[in-house]
Amino acid sequence: MSLVAEAGTQSVAEFRVTRSRRNVAWTGAGALIVVAVLAFFPYLVYAGTTTIMVQAFIVLTLASMWNLLAGYAGLVSVGQQAFVGLGAYFVLILALHGVSPFAALPVAAVCCGVAALPLWWLVSRLRSGYFAIATWVLAATVMLIIEKFSSIGGGTGLPLPGLSGLSPTLLTAYTYWIGLAVTVLALLAVYLLLRGRLGLVLTAIRDDEVAARSSGARVGMARLLVFVVAAIGCGAGGAVLAISQLQVQPSAVFSISWTAEMAFATIIGGLGTIEGPIIGTAVFMLLQQTLASFNAWYLIVFGLVAIAVALFARRGLWGLVDTHLNVRLFPVGYYLHSPGGAHRGPSGTEITSAAPLA
Amino acid sequence: MAWVNAIIQGVLTGGLYALFACGLSLLFGVMKVVNLAHGDLAVVAGYVAIGVITVTHIPVLWSFVIVVPVMAVVGYALQRTLIQSALNRSVLTTLLVTFGLSIVIENGLLQFFTANSRGIGSGLALVRDSFKLGSKIQIGYLPVVIFVTAVVVLLGLQYFLSRSKYGRLIRASADDQEAVQLSGVDYRHVFGIAAALAFATVALAGIAYGMGSQLDPTMGSDVILLFAFAAVVIGGLGSLWGTLLGGIVLGVAQQIGAQINISDEVLAGYIVFLAVLVLRPQGLTTRRAQS
Repeated sequence: MSLVAEAGTQSVAEFRVTRSRRNVAWTGAGALIVVAVLAFFPYLVYAGTTTIMVQAFIVLTLASMWNLLAGYAGLVSVGQQAFVGLGAYFVLILALHGVSPFAALPVAAVCCGVAALPLWWLVSRLRSGYFAIATWVLAATVMLIIEKFSSIGGGTGLPLPGLSGLSPTLLTAYTYWIGLAVTVLALLAVYLLLRGRLGLVLTAIRDDEVAARSSGARVGMARLLVFVVAAIGCGAGGAVLAISQLQVQPSAVFSISWTAEMAFATIIGGLGTIEGPIIGTAVFMLLQQTLASFNAWYLIVFGLVAIAVALFARRGLWGLVDTHLNVRLFPVGYYLHSPGGAHRGPSGTEITSAAPLA
Repeated sequence: MAWVNAIIQGVLTGGLYALFACGLSLLFGVMKVVNLAHGDLAVVAGYVAIGVITVTHIPVLWSFVIVVPVMAVVGYALQRTLIQSALNRSVLTTLLVTFGLSIVIENGLLQFFTANSRGIGSGLALVRDSFKLGSKIQIGYLPVVIFVTAVVVLLGLQYFLSRSKYGRLIRASADDQEAVQLSGVDYRHVFGIAAALAFATVALAGIAYGMGSQLDPTMGSDVILLFAFAAVVIGGLGSLWGTLLGGIVLGVAQQIGAQINISDEVLAGYIVFLAVLVLRPQGLTTRRAQS
């Protein structure tokens, strides 16, 4: 509010608005280098490491999508495992018809986006807690329907055909690259969406839904778009899962653990920041690898940490970094430079941004 | 005759679903948030009952007398600490925290009690015996007792909310927390009382469920939470009798589904739920849509 008041007293032309305080080109170059180094991993490290990395890619892809839903569109979906499972099953179905699983992956992701439309129609009326449980019921329903088709394995699932011709080394490397590609595309898609018009609409909804509606923001359309994009992303994650596991089993791919992992990773890293899921995934992989020999303990510890972060550090670990250092790897907000070139303080700099959740 | 049997069994199961759902409905009515760990608390109550029975060798039915009050106290304590501090932050935080709690409880139970399912008091005459209606229909005593209990609990809850002092405070807090606070009542204490009631009912339902069939660690969300939610939505928000009707419709739908194909029991219930969501989003009993 104070920004508007001040802008009124001074000439607007004296203000300068930029995307970031630091040069975006540097973070862009940094991201490119990181991706390039990651792409060389199969030549550098053991297959065991790349297999773990593929798991991290899946969780990161899913977490980015959940972040888009809960952190930006206010849609707390507890049923995203529906799309993880559907993505895995679409790959299986195409592979059973002779399509290479790698070629089937993008098709499966798009099919998940299409499947999201009727599911959205069912739950779009509901808000907050009711939306959450209704998506959960939907996921359970989708699984029960899939289990009815014995040609795709019924209740027990099927091994994924079409990859037996590849040598194990090559298969691991291809799986790694496809996982990396899906993750990079997912992050890029989220970044570009939030930088564009949709990001503005979502920020407006988050701050004040009624005001956003009355200003002509198409709230329903924005939410639908987010739901579909998240379905495509989760479907792609599920497809990578099917390829990396070489087997599709209904209770595994439709497990609530997927939603738990994506939600906890997002909360711990920082809900409503693009960087959050990356940090959260790192924390998750760290916990999972340390506690791997203790069965379900990693999910218990992960859940407890997520509860603590949700209560005591609402912007997550990235929020702490951001508050102290004021850095953004993915600047989607705007910074206001007042006349004379002096920057505003960290709290007043951003007009619209992925600042704390309203 | 098989169909009549299915409908009778469905109605009786519906009572249990209503018992699961009334706590969920009560907490939503009072605090406007959904407790995603609701079903897991029922399972916890069941496991605590199993533990109490195994350790102290008390008669099975006495476990209700111990576990239900204990869960009520747990409910009050959890509400005043974890849930209230989440509520103070936002609805979103409350959802995240209760979802986290649900996952932690389920995996904790898996860790300590393995994935094996357990029943409660399977040797009991009440659990085992049944009576015949005509030549074809056989009705267990336990489902009848559970149904009657559910109706009594709903009546009691209705009476408590409409007549008692705390019932009035709960309704007042649901309407306007600040006004209640200004009148000299701590609304957080009132929320705690509501949570204690909700936990007591869900504990009762959880133990009853364990007697009728088997409990396992993951059924808290897979079965109980989703069925309870479906019952609430089918019946219509904010009405205890609607919840009973919702539970009965869900139970009958499941039994009819099972009659068509034994593996379609759960799916049939969800399809009716989705149909109600599309055709009558305000539920079967409520007149106007609540947004």
